[in-house]
Amino acid sequence: MEKFTTHTGIGVPLRRSNVDTDQIIPAVYLKRVTRTGFEDALFAAWRGDASFVLNQEAYSAGSVLVAGPDFGTGSSREHAVWALKDYGFKAVLASRFADIFRGNSGKQGLLAAQLAQEDIELIWKVLEAEPGTEITVDLEHKTVTCRDVVAAFSIDDYTRWRLMEGLDDIGLTLGHEEDIATFEANRAAWRPHTLPAKHLPTVEVTPARPVS
Amino acid sequence: MAGTLAEKVWRDHVVRKGTGGEPDLLYIDLHLVHEVTSPQAFEGLRLADRQVRRPDLTIATEDHNTPTLDIDLPIADLTSRTQIETLRRNAEDFGIRLHSLGDADQGIVHAVGPQLGLTQPGLTVVCGDSHTSTHGAFGALAFGIGTSEVEHVLATQTLPLAPFKTMAITVNGELPAGATSKDIILAIIAKIGTGGGQGYVLEYRGEAIRKLSMEARMTICNMSIEAGARAGMIAPDETTFAYLKGRPHAPEGAEWDAAMEYWKTLRTDDDAVFDAEVVLEAADLEPYVTWGTNPGQGLPISGRVPVPEEIADENARVAAERAVEYMDLVPGTPLRDIAVDTVFIGSCTNGRIEDLRSVAKVLKGRTKAENVRVLVVPASARVRLQAEAEGLDQIFLDFGAEWRNAGCSMCLGMNPDQLAPGERAASTSNRNFEGRQGKGGRTHLVSPLVAAATAVRGTLSAVSDLDLAGDVDLTSFDGSPLAPLDPSVPMHV
Ligand code: SF4
Repeated sequence: MEKFTTHTGIGVPLRRSNVDTDQIIPAVYLKRVTRTGFEDALFAAWRGDASFVLNQEAYSAGSVLVAGPDFGTGSSREHAVWALKDYGFKAVLASRFADIFRGNSGKQGLLAAQLAQEDIELIWKVLEAEPGTEITVDLEHKTVTCRDVVAAFSIDDYTRWRLMEGLDDIGLTLGHEEDIATFEANRAAWRPHTLPAKHLPTVEVTPARPVS
Repeated sequence: MAGTLAEKVWRDHVVRKGTGGEPDLLYIDLHLVHEVTSPQAFEGLRLADRQVRRPDLTIATEDHNTPTLDIDLPIADLTSRTQIETLRRNAEDFGIRLHSLGDADQGIVHAVGPQLGLTQPGLTVVCGDSHTSTHGAFGALAFGIGTSEVEHVLATQTLPLAPFKTMAITVNGELPAGATSKDIILAIIAKIGTGGGQGYVLEYRGEAIRKLSMEARMTICNMSIEAGARAGMIAPDETTFAYLKGRPHAPEGAEWDAAMEYWKTLRTDDDAVFDAEVVLEAADLEPYVTWGTNPGQGLPISGRVPVPEEIADENARVAAERAVEYMDLVPGTPLRDIAVDTVFIGSCTNGRIEDLRSVAKVLKGRTKAENVRVLVVPASARVRLQAEAEGLDQIFLDFGAEWRNAGCSMCLGMNPDQLAPGERAASTSNRNFEGRQGKGGRTHLVSPLVAAATAVRGTLSAVSDLDLAGDVDLTSFDGSPLAPLDPSVPMHV
């Protein structure tokens, strides 16, 4: 994972609240089995609309998304983060994020920065008045700068540290392998195991057919 | 130390306490896997040359993409087929138990865990699917995770987790006839909003919750995520224990006794403090339906489509304007006047045997409204077999409904079961987002009883709108377990 300290890029005003993950990436794209190449899927339902913000020349190369409250609600699909990243976004600013989306972002190196809604409104105004304006996101000092708007954002310390160090989760945990083994040794025997498999009586399942 | 139910389960799973803002490392008891959110996780394991730490705590099924017709033929949609074949290969390579299409234990992952008795009180349960909250109905701490977390659990059987807050949702009193646990949860979400549970683990309690069957409790916990919550839980009690007893993976003999001793401690201490509390009176509830494009946009069925201009909060107003436009509704229209094209009965919210029984009670001896397509999709193949053993399938077919194989189906339209653009559905599923059930499709979330009544009348309806001649007791959900199941003994409704 790449280290994140500061990033400067074009800001994209997305004046919508409650942008759920079905809007970020519709379910049909979840069928892919790869980890990359989701840029075409981002906001797919809106991309056909010429007035949609990413279809406007000045914003199309954006890398800092400035969204309304409750961004990333709905399904836990991590593809939402992949699609944002694959498109080129490095950071999303909003006044509220869905927990799962926020968690997914941190693990993928996408910064989810929480700002006050007043600051989001100020930034929207700047970005709309001058499409193509750049935003600087400074993770070290937890500030966002867009022209004369300078706003503080919040992010939990742990995620911030990991983003700044570019640390992979699994490697971190495997450093505590001994603790895991100790825990397992003390785990109650009655807790369920999926193997060996136990079943109800085997029965044949006949396929349903289309009704004529 | 006094604790809430959620805190107790958490404490019992801490492998390593986080220091200095670092999250705790939690042990995961049960990891459920399906074909959509797992391929990249397995790809990640291979890339890093890692193994699955505990295949014996992992189980996989095929559900999101599976067709509900012709399951013995190759899957026509190539991408769906690729995902399913990828899961089969991964399960084989990593030694994971998989219930494939055609297997009696195949089905929606959240139906399969409970029916096999794998979902038990006091466990930590995760799955790459937000509706993992379903399993909280057993007093488990169960939540959805993203694909990189799936990879993390596969590799380490643990997850680093930031602490949560707790919210008590107390539902007092008794539900009126015709109202169900689905209406309780739709009412809760309408009250606290789709962001109201954010950062919280919800604990549902109170008389109305205690009276619910296990399956009805699962419906409530299932939709906790629609209130933005991390998870939803219900303390285990006699209903829970009775449901578990005798299931294939439930403990037996001395182990059952040891488990029971622990399970009985799984309740919120009287002196424990919740971070937030919400109270609801069940007696005030009536069937709820959603009119908009998020699950919080719901109203009692006697209501009318809201008039956006009358909404004071600006964000809510803008959202309502968009929703009313997308849903193609005229503000002020009585909800009962809304005509639907499709009725979908199924999903991990309401595709279990009790749901199908309650629907069959309403549909029996009736015929569907003209021009309405009615799809009944059991949550799992076991549910389907049980329904067939009880003769429910024939009631559905006589009514004019389609009876399908198990899977997620039209809940999210990843398989061919989709709404056409502009089509309107009454759906027992959990999400009414734009395009959720098919591009341009319009979804009204409803309970199974409302879905059934709507299928009869063709417009959003409650069972009280039907002439039920007093012979149908809609309150008697007996919660009969799926196991022990002997399909050769049909039990007719
Ligand atoms: S039935 Fe719907 S909500 Fe449930 S797991 Fe399947 S797609 Fe998700």
